[in-house]
Amino acid sequence: MPKPMFLSPARHGFRFNWAGRIGLAIVLLWGVIALVGPLITPYPVGEIVDWDYFGPMSQKFLLGTDYLGRDMLSRILMGARYTVGISLAAVTIACSVGVVLGMIAAVLGGIFDMGLSRLLDAINGIPGLLFGLVVVAAVGSSLTVLILTLAAIYMPGAYRFARSLAVNVNTMDFVTVARARGERTPYLIAREIFPNILGPVLADLGVRFVFIVLVLSGLSFLGLGVQPPNADWGALVRENIGALSFGAPAVVFPSLAIASLTISMNLFIDNMPTRIRDRSA
Amino acid sequence: MPDASQPLVTVHDLHIGAVTDAGRQVEIIKGVSFDIRPGEFVALIGESGSGKTTIALSLMGYCRPGCSITGGTVTLDGRDVTAMTEAARAELRGTEVSYVPQSAAAAFNPSKRIMDQVVEITGIHRLMPRAEAEAKAVSLFRALALPQPETIGRRYPHQVSGGQLQRLAAAMALIGDPKLVIFDEPTTALDVTTQIEVLRAFKAVVQKGGVSGVYVSHDLAVVAQIADRIIVLKGGEIQEENTTPKILTEARHPYTKALLAAVDPVPHQPRSIAGLQPRPPILEAIGLHAGYGTFQNAEPAIKVLKNVNFRLERGRNLGVIGESGSGKSTLARAVSGILPPYRGAVLLDGHELDGDLKERRKEDLRRMQIVFQLADTALNPAQTVGSILARPLKFYHGLRGAARDARVDALLDMVHLPAALKYRLPRELSGGQKQRVNLARALAAEPELILCDEITSALDTVVAAAILKLLEELQSELNLSYMFISHDLSTVEAICDDVLVMYRGEVVEELPAARMSAEAAHPYSKLLISSVPQLDPGWLDSLDQDPELLAAFSRR
Repeated sequence: MPKPMFLSPARHGFRFNWAGRIGLAIVLLWGVIALVGPLITPYPVGEIVDWDYFGPMSQKFLLGTDYLGRDMLSRILMGARYTVGISLAAVTIACSVGVVLGMIAAVLGGIFDMGLSRLLDAINGIPGLLFGLVVVAAVGSSLTVLILTLAAIYMPGAYRFARSLAVNVNTMDFVTVARARGERTPYLIAREIFPNILGPVLADLGVRFVFIVLVLSGLSFLGLGVQPPNADWGALVRENIGALSFGAPAVVFPSLAIASLTISMNLFIDNMPTRIRDRSA
Repeated sequence: MPDASQPLVTVHDLHIGAVTDAGRQVEIIKGVSFDIRPGEFVALIGESGSGKTTIALSLMGYCRPGCSITGGTVTLDGRDVTAMTEAARAELRGTEVSYVPQSAAAAFNPSKRIMDQVVEITGIHRLMPRAEAEAKAVSLFRALALPQPETIGRRYPHQVSGGQLQRLAAAMALIGDPKLVIFDEPTTALDVTTQIEVLRAFKAVVQKGGVSGVYVSHDLAVVAQIADRIIVLKGGEIQEENTTPKILTEARHPYTKALLAAVDPVPHQPRSIAGLQPRPPILEAIGLHAGYGTFQNAEPAIKVLKNVNFRLERGRNLGVIGESGSGKSTLARAVSGILPPYRGAVLLDGHELDGDLKERRKEDLRRMQIVFQLADTALNPAQTVGSILARPLKFYHGLRGAARDARVDALLDMVHLPAALKYRLPRELSGGQKQRVNLARALAAEPELILCDEITSALDTVVAAAILKLLEELQSELNLSYMFISHDLSTVEAICDDVLVMYRGEVVEELPAARMSAEAAHPYSKLLISSVPQLDPGWLDSLDQDPELLAAFSRR
């Protein structure tokens, strides 16, 4: 067997296939764009730079122009910031709150588990997009409201998932041994249970991120998400929906951006690096 | 009957290899050759990882996923199995060679009736009409001494006992009149009294039908009852091969000798309790009741333990024996407070403990440690050995930094493991090493009493014998007492001073371990003691057990 290259996953005891690598690369690329967006946009994002609207792809405007004659490439690069940023913040809140509550419920059991599970099941029963519509209609749209609403929609699912994993780990003998030693709940959760559910929880986090991107795009498409002149990818699709009848690229590229992010994320999740068990090589 | 001078199976220079997930080639079987004559019963014996099941499966031309036959030939009844196409092998399986798996419970489809599964082979190979196949199955059920042979096929797998299911799996294997039957540890998961019934049934059917058999096992005493010839394997190579009586009496290879020694452990020498000071017993149980389920009138729905009383004096060892379902593990859980008893008291060193471990003092928890059967599930797979051992040191003794690291090394040394092992994860250890780490974690608390719940049951005989020796050593060094729970009488004999015999949640008898077989008075104790396989090949045939007694106690 050839010696693994430096920085290759095999060197660190992991195996990582090409589908997963491609997925991760695209997700990271969008992440970097979200961070450095304003530095690389060819034109200011809100400025009308072309006399023509729904312009075609050209040397000057790589992805064409939108319904007001603004540069699409710049708008998509800036939109990454909202789509990736809001989704990431929402998924982080949803998963960390859900997972921690789920583990506590599994370890404590009894009334706490019962009460919390039924409450969150009830919340889970409300359709996500509708809930978002109602909240945004009631308190208005702002970044904070969007993030918290999206987190609230996806927290119960994360809770259920983590709880069912934690319940299984909780019955293992090593947890019983820790209990018999006299350990308290925080230790049981942090050291005995969490490391053993981490893998599936990360996979779940990725799937949930994708759902959040889609709901956020859906909200923006309905005009309740990110407000003009700023726009995330969902809003870009909505703004330029008229381009459909002209066959202009303005509606195609934001859609492709959404698709590339969600599909890449799924590719990565389905092909996460797996630890190589044979370490004697 | 085929020509007896020609071997039925010839395995010549068999090599089986596998590719690991790091892309490395490993050789599992390193050039094994042997013959099986028609009507002969050959046993493959060795510890886990010795390749015994891999060889047995290769006789059907089958390799587990990731493995492949890399060299040599397997000839079955004149045909080269290794050179066949997969379709031709499929023709062979069920009619020429068949397989009885280790766990029949996992091998039966739970949602199909037993009869449908038993006669499946005749349907696949179009051997006979369905009605004829069912009649044949019923006659096999009868030959295997199954109860209600006419109707048992109509039941579902969960409606019969484990021992019955194992015999039904044998019926499934025999229905296509194979020339060779492979038995893959078929009695390892069974209780001793059940094991006898199953062994007897196998032996009777195989002798009558004139089929050859391959019996895979790690238990020499079981193999001695059924095999004509024994092949001892280690590390994918044959260590020794001879007829059963010769292996038992004239073993030459050191590994065979170790196997023989492990079956018959040296009886425990009770330690003299010097200067008998009038101290209370280290552990005492008074009228212990425990159970599971919802409580009604302060009693649980399922009562497991009923009025258990015992005393364990300091420096002595108490054995608890019984078959599965006798409540012996529940006893350990009730004593340690994992399952609070609903009535009765547990006294540690003369003072009463709270039933629930949450209410117990940390100091009391430290003095009594529990070690579980399966080291695989008892060690957190996400923590290194070092951090597993470090936690009780910090928790009970507040040790930190260099002092703690030094103590971890000392603990590993105490259980005869190299200090470098502390960087490994549990899955990177062997079964015996894991159990030693499991024990070391209990020792880290510096306990006075250790509850051992079947800690040697999942291990190979030689490894288990080493663990028992370690327990004895630690006892004399650290002045420990053990409560040792097991279904295996010989291990209990090897380590305990007194023995409690449990049956359906009650202690039916308390005996001194050294005179267990002589003094047992209760019929269940007698039955249990007489069911332990002996190395004598004639033991099973000469064993005289009252069938009614057997039926009454084994609830079958």
